[in-house]
Amino acid sequence: MDDLGAENRLRFEQLVLPQVDAAFNLARWLLRTRADAEDVAQEALLRGCRFFRGFHGGDARAWLLQIVRNTCYSWLEKNRPRDLMVEFDEELHPQPVATPESIAIADEVRGRLTRALETLPPRHREVLVLRELEGCSYKEIAAIISIPIGTVRSSLSRARRQLQSVLINPGCKEPLRGL
Amino acid sequence: MDCDLTCSTLHAYFDNELSAAGDAEFRRHLEHCSDCVAELDACHFVRHSLQRSHIYEHAPALLRRKIRADLRSFAPTSVSSQPLWWYWMAAVAALLFVAILLGRVDHGLRGDDYQAELAGEIVDAHVRSLQPGPLTGIASNDGRIVKEWLDAKLEFAIPVRNFADEGFALKGGRLDVMEGRSVAVLVYERNGHPINVFIWRTREPDTSPRAGSRQGFQWVDWRKGKIEFCTVSDADPVDLEKLHQLISSSA
Repeated sequence: MDDLGAENRLRFEQLVLPQVDAAFNLARWLLRTRADAEDVAQEALLRGCRFFRGFHGGDARAWLLQIVRNTCYSWLEKNRPRDLMVEFDEELHPQPVATPESIAIADEVRGRLTRALETLPPRHREVLVLRELEGCSYKEIAAIISIPIGTVRSSLSRARRQLQSVLINPGCKEPLRGL
Repeated sequence: MDCDLTCSTLHAYFDNELSAAGDAEFRRHLEHCSDCVAELDACHFVRHSLQRSHIYEHAPALLRRKIRADLRSFAPTSVSSQPLWWYWMAAVAALLFVAILLGRVDHGLRGDDYQAELAGEIVDAHVRSLQPGPLTGIASNDGRIVKEWLDAKLEFAIPVRNFADEGFALKGGRLDVMEGRSVAVLVYERNGHPINVFIWRTREPDTSPRAGSRQGFQWVDWRKGKIEFCTVSDADPVDLEKLHQLISSSA
């Protein structure tokens, strides 16, 4: 195993460890299960340790999320390549199904949002998660995904429209209310 | 403006990512474009829904523990070329310091999570102390050099003085992490006994010094100017009191 160095380890603990929530959240939404997200987030943090010598200051969260994202895509290519081929199709996206948790209204809203997000293609899901859940700026998103800022803009606008169409969908009988 | 073309402009406006000029231009456009007004409403609705439903997924405690274990498995490399004799002493004192903190926490009303977190810190400090290489630090009797080294790594400025003339020779400084926060440690020597001074930022009001002993070590703790100091040593308790006075009067 590679050496991290005592001083680098301290920096890693101070700068990167506080970002574990962000790492896990992104992995969970890209992989869609908590169990897989735990494994992949752990692997990403390990990779982060190895690459940490290459981090010379700046935005530690964006730096870590870039690694998390790459680790997630590698994992998906190996374990669930079909996830990456899915293109969004408003006609075909899965209809929400009743689950035990939908009994409580709050849970149902949460469940529908969760399913709606998971319906989106990974590349649209990630911009929404980074922007709406993680509060990243366009510049940070561009750095994490390695795309131009203009592409962040257009991806976000498409992703938001898709999410709206899933949430306010004829198959969903009624639009999301009560929030 | 053509609304098909401005779709991504609308989202940049919604996200406060337009320039001042772009922002003003889009506001003017909004005054006569009901499509864009409706689209903005939809954006607000989605954001509001996502935030209100709390779908952000926080990392489980188990994952944090696994990551900490991974970190410990990385062997440290030597930072300074010469192992410093006081590092071992410093490591022992660090453990005592955590024991003091833990003792303090015992008297407070803290939750199990906090206790678990602190227990993790103790393990970390312990593991750090057992590693063969030196801990991260700087060996110097020049207060200015030690201060510069520490200031570059901390978010607060700490007072560093060599009190060699008063019998407390500065040996160096180092950084540690206790309770998840950065702690500066100054190392002095008094009649052959190393003294560690743990220094960290606090929000609590100033206090006069409190002294105690544990496992043969003496400690003196006080707060001044939003900074907490804790000196630990096997030196004479009178010496710790003297050092407290020196530090307090120089700060």
